[in-house]
Amino acid sequence: MWSLSPAEVEALGLSVRIAAWSTAAGLPLAVAAAHVLARRDFWGKEVLNALLHMPLVLPPVVTGYLLLLLLGRRGLVGAWLEQTFGLVFAFRWTGAVVAAAVVAFPLMVRPIRLSLEAVDPRLESAAMTLGANRFWAWLTVTLPLSLPGVLVGAILGFTRSLGEFGATVTFVSNIPGETQTLSLAVYSALQVPGGEPGALRLTVIIVVVTIVALVASEMLGRYVARRTRGYASA
Amino acid sequence: MLEVDVERRLGDFRIEARFRSDRGVTALFGRSGAGKTSIVNMVSGLLRPDRGRIAVDGHVLFDSAAGIDLPPWKRRIGYVFQEGRLFPHLTVRRNLLYGWRFAPAAERYLTMEQAVALLDLGALLRRRPPSLSGGEKQRVAMGRALLSSPRALLLDEPLASLDVLMKREILPYIERLDEMGIPILYVSHSLDEVSRLARNLVLVSAGRVTASGEVDEILNRLELWSPEDETETGTMLTTRVARHDAEGGITHLDFRGGELRVPLADIPEGVAVRVWIRARDVGVATERPRGLSLRNVLKGTLVEIGGGGAGPVTELRLRIGDTTLTALVTRGAVRELALAPGQEVYALIKSANLDRRQLSLVAAMAGPGSPL
Repeated sequence: MWSLSPAEVEALGLSVRIAAWSTAAGLPLAVAAAHVLARRDFWGKEVLNALLHMPLVLPPVVTGYLLLLLLGRRGLVGAWLEQTFGLVFAFRWTGAVVAAAVVAFPLMVRPIRLSLEAVDPRLESAAMTLGANRFWAWLTVTLPLSLPGVLVGAILGFTRSLGEFGATVTFVSNIPGETQTLSLAVYSALQVPGGEPGALRLTVIIVVVTIVALVASEMLGRYVARRTRGYASA
Repeated sequence: MLEVDVERRLGDFRIEARFRSDRGVTALFGRSGAGKTSIVNMVSGLLRPDRGRIAVDGHVLFDSAAGIDLPPWKRRIGYVFQEGRLFPHLTVRRNLLYGWRFAPAAERYLTMEQAVALLDLGALLRRRPPSLSGGEKQRVAMGRALLSSPRALLLDEPLASLDVLMKREILPYIERLDEMGIPILYVSHSLDEVSRLARNLVLVSAGRVTASGEVDEILNRLELWSPEDETETGTMLTTRVARHDAEGGITHLDFRGGELRVPLADIPEGVAVRVWIRARDVGVATERPRGLSLRNVLKGTLVEIGGGGAGPVTELRLRIGDTTLTALVTRGAVRELALAPGQEVYALIKSANLDRRQLSLVAAMAGPGSPL
């Protein structure tokens, strides 16, 4: 009962790979978005904020459908990407990465933004008077000080990507070995008579991986916070 | 040589400052809200003047006419902030080295070891800023700024958030900064700090420079202080320690015009000391008093009566030798004693009031490692 079938192992590996790529690709963008939201004031900031948070409240099926319209082979951007770069997302595992990243994005941005806002911007001016240009000051002072938030964002993003279902199944379908992640495999198992033991096994795996990730995030966050802030008042 | 000529509007407030600062400490003195911090922020490049020119040793940092506006990281101006602003995620050592790395190797004039020795930072190197005391933080902040080998140094009320004991502890270190031979702008609203540290003084009031020059000269110009001003009226005397009378608990100070007796002070003979004599600690008699507990009786001439507006007190200016002393007396006393300019009078100063806080070593003459 507890040994995994090759298909299940494949689904597990695929899930981890997709979640890892989604986090790796989404994180720099999330940091950039969080920085803009935390430090800049511009016309339309609220609109951008709402836009970035949309995947959080939109039904995942709708997000997946929008991705299909946008990035599908005949989609607005998708067609152009295929012609210019030969890049195809639809029904590929890379498409699953995009779906997971889009859905996880707001979860990554939020903690990063909060911790960026907590960093005293006057420390950056101090760094600039010492010879660091704007970017270096940000990179060597503000970013390390917001590392706890970045880590929390990364792990939240990773776990959210791991469990992604709706947008993925709509955008890239449920193809074993290509786009069938753990959650899609659970769904598939439940569609077949006698598939419940398999579904249960996969569910246990998902629960364990998620708990491990969340506990790790909490511990890491605390460790980094201790190292960077040390005390309540920085 | 630091040359500053800036104008900047901040809401309804207008800053218009023009002054020069040679090597050594120049105090930017004035009450809080006078615009002192805005002025140093403009020098550092953190605040952009609307118009003007800033140059240090011939390097133009800002010139609105020529369209020059160097960003802070290209100005090479050290800045010690009121709250230190150490990087909390870095050890003291890495805080110190932060600016050092950015300074061009050929222009570094201080090594890590020298800075550590100058400011006694050896025991702190492995610590992190949150565990440092207020005084230690400011010492590290000074070291960090110096190690970036700046062409000028700005200190914005570095003692403001420290208690009296910590101020005592850190003042000698600030005096040592003088050794660097660069212009140092020291922002303060404390007469005590200014008289002790500064050679030159720039008086700032409501965004404008109202006077600038040597410390003694400026502080003695009465008209600079209005009675409503939080700054007290008084006289800055430059004296020299003549001798100590340990038995009597008295130190004798010589100045041009006479001798001043103050409570025994642990300062070597021959050292120059500035004494701030508050006008309200000075009384006047028309003949030499007898049987008096006051230790300082100085003979002089009444030069001028006036000031203080319509209030019950007025100021007297007394000429004692080469020195002009200010006394604060009631208008009633002026009437009763029939005081008039030209009259011979005796100035009475209570020596107990000339305690340690009124005395300050003249930094340049006392040198580093002074016993204060």
